[in-house]
Amino acid sequence: MKVLVAVKRVVDYNVKVRVKADNSGVDLANVKMSMNPFCEIAVEEAVRLKEKGVATEIVVVSIGPATAQEQLRTALALGADRAILVESAEELTSLAVAKLLKAVVDKEQPQLVILGKQAIDSDNNQTGQMLAALTGYGQGTFASKVEVSGDSVAVTREIDGGAQTVSLKLPAIVTTDLRLNEPRYASLPNIMKAKKKPLESLTPEALGVSTASTNKTVKVEAPAARSAGIKVKSVAELVEKLKNEAKVI
Amino acid sequence: MTILVIAEHDNKVLAPATLNTVAAAAKIGGDIHVLVAGQGAGAVAEAAAKVAGVSKVLVADNAAYAHQLPENVAPLVAELGAGYSHILAAATSNGKNILPRVAAQLDVDQISEIISVESADTFKRPIYAGNAIATVQSNASVKVITVRATGFDPVAAEGGSAAVEAVAAAHDAGTSSFVGEELAKSDRPELTAAKIVVSGGRGMQNGDNFKHLYALADKLGASVGASRAAVDAGFVPNDMQVGQTGKIVAPQLYIAVGISGAIQHLAGMKDSKVIVAINKDEEAPIFQVADYGLVADLFEAVPELEKLV
Repeated sequence: MKVLVAVKRVVDYNVKVRVKADNSGVDLANVKMSMNPFCEIAVEEAVRLKEKGVATEIVVVSIGPATAQEQLRTALALGADRAILVESAEELTSLAVAKLLKAVVDKEQPQLVILGKQAIDSDNNQTGQMLAALTGYGQGTFASKVEVSGDSVAVTREIDGGAQTVSLKLPAIVTTDLRLNEPRYASLPNIMKAKKKPLESLTPEALGVSTASTNKTVKVEAPAARSAGIKVKSVAELVEKLKNEAKVI
Repeated sequence: MTILVIAEHDNKVLAPATLNTVAAAAKIGGDIHVLVAGQGAGAVAEAAAKVAGVSKVLVADNAAYAHQLPENVAPLVAELGAGYSHILAAATSNGKNILPRVAAQLDVDQISEIISVESADTFKRPIYAGNAIATVQSNASVKVITVRATGFDPVAAEGGSAAVEAVAAAHDAGTSSFVGEELAKSDRPELTAAKIVVSGGRGMQNGDNFKHLYALADKLGASVGASRAAVDAGFVPNDMQVGQTGKIVAPQLYIAVGISGAIQHLAGMKDSKVIVAINKDEEAPIFQVADYGLVADLFEAVPELEKLV
């Protein structure tokens, strides 16, 4: 079974981002970039499926700038077999990304596509569901457990107040949640080997996909700051303040 | 303009998040219709018809919609929604699951988790875990939007008298099926709806120690949450997680116990009205957002707090 994994290059999750002075966006100059954490979980899940003998080939795809090759090489070092970069310098919406991934799915014909549930930059949580709509496949979003058996996959999903399990016919789309697995680190020998693995570059034009958008970001601002309050000296003082000053208990 | 709001429900009860979503629709302005897709959800439709500001309730009753499977519900919403100016759903696990599928079927971009309505086509939403707020404008013929409940005060659940209309459309894609569900049973209020939330972090040391927080919460009628650190450490299940990757809460009172205050946690609770932090590390970043900070050992402070409230 062929598995396709989509990964995104984003600001490293440890970086505290700053809004640009002209409110045009977030300042990404000289900021550490990494693979989106949910995408790392997606790569790990695919590698585990291959280790179990369920997956035979892992293709990793990223849509983004030329520098996204770094994240693709990371995925190759973690165990993906080959990589595809759909190069686009402009910032794309989730729908545009889903359309590009649909074109890659048409070309590669994977049985399972694994994506992160959301990217930690745009926080959209849309791409996997949109790809499922465009391909007509079933979707198992926010997955905490993925079990392939025969021509279907059982996905346990994190939902409000608990967990739900659905069964999807293959091919299917899965998006990962935090508890699906704990991603491994790439070993040095594997990082070296990854440099020799194939990486194909494509463009939206070559795939015949329009990336036009119905959304426009007008401005980006820093959130209203919350100022620090006071330190109380004892539990008794805290209770007194909550009762008489804040009046919340 | 007519706005279609997707009802959040379990076939029995209309979830409170629907009232916040209707509030967002009311801010946009225009007629508000509510779609109840489910099976045997008559009581939900009746409740939706009473919601203030709703003029019509559409009911799609079919076994295919019983478990809100997106493969079946999204085509229904896309078919019905194509004639509307806006389609809104709460940013719940159902809303997040279904609505992007609807947007893609309608070939429009979605706007996720809006926290304010600037005009009928312009909305604000947090990005980068709430570290930036984007103002987004849509020129789509149908604007597809999920609504963060904490950004909008709910409309009244009573007072309306909308007409209820049955919708015949049945979509069964046949690509997915419901297997089972495990819902955590709790007598405490739901995290996102609670007026008071008591949350524990890595400082709790283990899952058993959360009993101190449960005792305090029960005294206050509060819900209990946790930081991602506590969830990752296996102290408590993921559905208790408050933060950008968990639940977003904005209660009247938020009590953070043994939580350092990572950015990702702050994104989930910084809109709370009053924040209390109890931590033995006086340098913990949580104190920078807390209205009342107490530098103390939580294992002494929490039981004492429980006695005094």
